[in-house]
Amino acid sequence: MTNARPPAVEIKRLAVVVSGGFTALEDITVNLPAGQITGFIGPSGAGKTTLIRAIVGRQRIARGRLTVLGQPAGSAKLRSRISYMTQAVSMYADLTTRQNLRYFAAMAGLTRPQLNDRVEAVLDIVGLKNQARQLAGTLSGGQKQRVSLAIALIGQPKLLVLDEPTVGLDPVLREDIWALFHRLSNAGATLIVSSHVMEEAARCDDLVLIRNGRLLAHDTPEALCRNNHAATVEQAFLKLVEEAK
Amino acid sequence: MSPRKTLATARRVLQQLSHDHRTLALILLVPSVLLIIFKYAFQGEQTVFDQLAPMILGIFPLVIMFIVTSIATLRERTVGTLDRLLTMPIAKLDFLLGYALAFAILALAQASLASFVLLGLLNVSVAGGAGPVLICAILSGLLGMSLGLFMSAFASSEFQAVQFMPAVIFPQLLTCGLFVARDQMAKLLQWFANIMPLTYSVDALKQVTAHADWTATLTRDLAVVAGYTVAALIFGALTIRRRE
Repeated sequence: MTNARPPAVEIKRLAVVVSGGFTALEDITVNLPAGQITGFIGPSGAGKTTLIRAIVGRQRIARGRLTVLGQPAGSAKLRSRISYMTQAVSMYADLTTRQNLRYFAAMAGLTRPQLNDRVEAVLDIVGLKNQARQLAGTLSGGQKQRVSLAIALIGQPKLLVLDEPTVGLDPVLREDIWALFHRLSNAGATLIVSSHVMEEAARCDDLVLIRNGRLLAHDTPEALCRNNHAATVEQAFLKLVEEAK
Repeated sequence: MSPRKTLATARRVLQQLSHDHRTLALILLVPSVLLIIFKYAFQGEQTVFDQLAPMILGIFPLVIMFIVTSIATLRERTVGTLDRLLTMPIAKLDFLLGYALAFAILALAQASLASFVLLGLLNVSVAGGAGPVLICAILSGLLGMSLGLFMSAFASSEFQAVQFMPAVIFPQLLTCGLFVARDQMAKLLQWFANIMPLTYSVDALKQVTAHADWTATLTRDLAVVAGYTVAALIFGALTIRRRE
């Protein structure tokens, strides 16, 4: 299948210097395809979260160009078209699940009656109907993770940027969430999913391997394995690290 | 800016508090209970109490709102919810005014209760009457709210945030004229008191206590308090950056 749509994210010679003068990202050039699931894979501390924050416009960039859905990253027009799930589960612990969703739905610009319908639909999607009236702070770790994900889904964004969305989930739940990601991308949304768990990489359409703030490789999981004569993405990653030394 | 999003934010802040009964009770009751303790501490000196008690209404709402708001917004900054909100289609003002509105409602409830205790239960006579007392107490609460919002930017933990209370409020408390008449203090402290907002919050209640009419000084005092509130909100907005 050829991809006729322009890239969802275009990154050219991007460098990011974080507070303290540390260069977190250096010379990153990569285009992320629209309508697909791109995985940002790399060890913790590699720069995945920094790249994600640059894409959602929360991180100032030092050099280079970063275009998201045709607009410079961080421009006001993008705010209703992208959603961001932070690495730490972020929600109001002292609100119920439903109150959390209703608030973020209002912030996303939804109004009643669409707001009500959308909140109930998203509760259903993430399987939290029975926890709708429970205070978010009293939910289990996996349930909190799903509230955090639900908040990212609420505004029906074109681009979802999810920082480690499946960390700490049990295998069954992880399976469900990945099925959901594929449904979203089949419906036309673009997803960026970061993970330091290599086995998740195989579920992505497209992989960006990052290490020490630099781009190690960008390819499909199959091509990565094939080109590096590796059986798994993990082996391919380790080979690439070895070669880079 | 969108009034709908401002209202939704105010509603959300109040919903959060409605689930936290203890905090809500502390906010509403502490000033009233302290007034009652004050009353019996000054048992033998009724006239001193009558003079000091109204000033308390210029101080406690400010102190309590300062603490509550600085912790609430610090949480918002550290937990990641603000992080998310700043990538969404909202104006920073929606967020700030939402907080301001929620705490204004809370300040109104708190001040009403404390005013009732002061004027009704403890029978303190205030020449200016209940209305101006209420206005002074609410503005004092709002000042505390906006100072807390602003100061939360300089705290990286709740430990630090609570320490700002003694650091920021106590010097003002000592020099505001409650303990010592301002003109008897060292010159340097007089200058300090003259530029600090709590001085005006306390002075406004002194005016209301002593004068049946709305005085020009009262107008000036409240204008200074409101001015500081708006300024702290604006500086608070500047500390919230979309891009870091």
